[in-house]
Amino acid sequence: MPETLVFYLFSGLAIVASALVIGQRNPMYSVLLLVLSFAAIAGLFLQLDAPFLALALMIVYAGAIMVLFLFVVMLLNAPQEDALTWDRAHPLRHPVVTRFGTLLAVVLSVELAYALMRGNDLAQPVGSRAGGELVSSVRELGRVLFTDYMFAFEATSILILVAMVGAVILARREREPS
Amino acid sequence: MVPLSYYLIVSAILFSLGAAGVFLRRNLITILLSIEIMLNAVNLTFVAFGRFAGDVDGQIIPFFVMTVAAAEAAVGLALIIALFRHRESLNPDTFTNLKW
Repeated sequence: MPETLVFYLFSGLAIVASALVIGQRNPMYSVLLLVLSFAAIAGLFLQLDAPFLALALMIVYAGAIMVLFLFVVMLLNAPQEDALTWDRAHPLRHPVVTRFGTLLAVVLSVELAYALMRGNDLAQPVGSRAGGELVSSVRELGRVLFTDYMFAFEATSILILVAMVGAVILARREREPS
Repeated sequence: MVPLSYYLIVSAILFSLGAAGVFLRRNLITILLSIEIMLNAVNLTFVAFGRFAGDVDGQIIPFFVMTVAAAEAAVGLALIIALFRHRESLNPDTFTNLKW
């Protein structure tokens, strides 16, 4: 079953990389590990017959957004949390009760696991109901995107414009009163 | 073939990891990265369900999620830069005052 093996490979890679992202002290390593995690998720997308989405994830997400993060990490030049704060805040150094966040994360995991247990037809193969035909052609994607989702598409463009203006204004240096 | 529930389990694990990162870390950049992890876990769920149901909608919504993530990253990073200029720190516990 090479397909299953590839699934385990990519999902294991994604989980391990994501766990390391939140376990790293240096944000630079965190960003690079997150790129690795995105590459693994793109592999999962390929397995789910979504090649265009996988490429978009790699190019837009890993290529553009993560570079933006890297740029800010380098710009701020504050790569490490100081050791004192790290020792105090490291999740592995404290019992669960003292860290309310750990408790919340565990509760969330249990809740998600419970929801997954309750599902009915979740155990059948992921492509079975689709009947083997592929729907992932870029032509079909574009047709649906520009007809059924036309309004959402236009709203997204306005969102991007607002975010761009907001980012420019927020990051602007205060002008010295002269 | 791989069952749908496997993809959902992977997605749930990734989402929990992201939530744990938001709760536990004390670094604004890492918190934003954890949010990205959560958004991608949700993307994986959408694509898996879209493949399961055999329609294309499951692949359209991740596009919008990616767009929102890009906007969120741009504004969030601009906020981080502005905050860092004021306090020379990335620890969210530093920014507890409404006015300074």
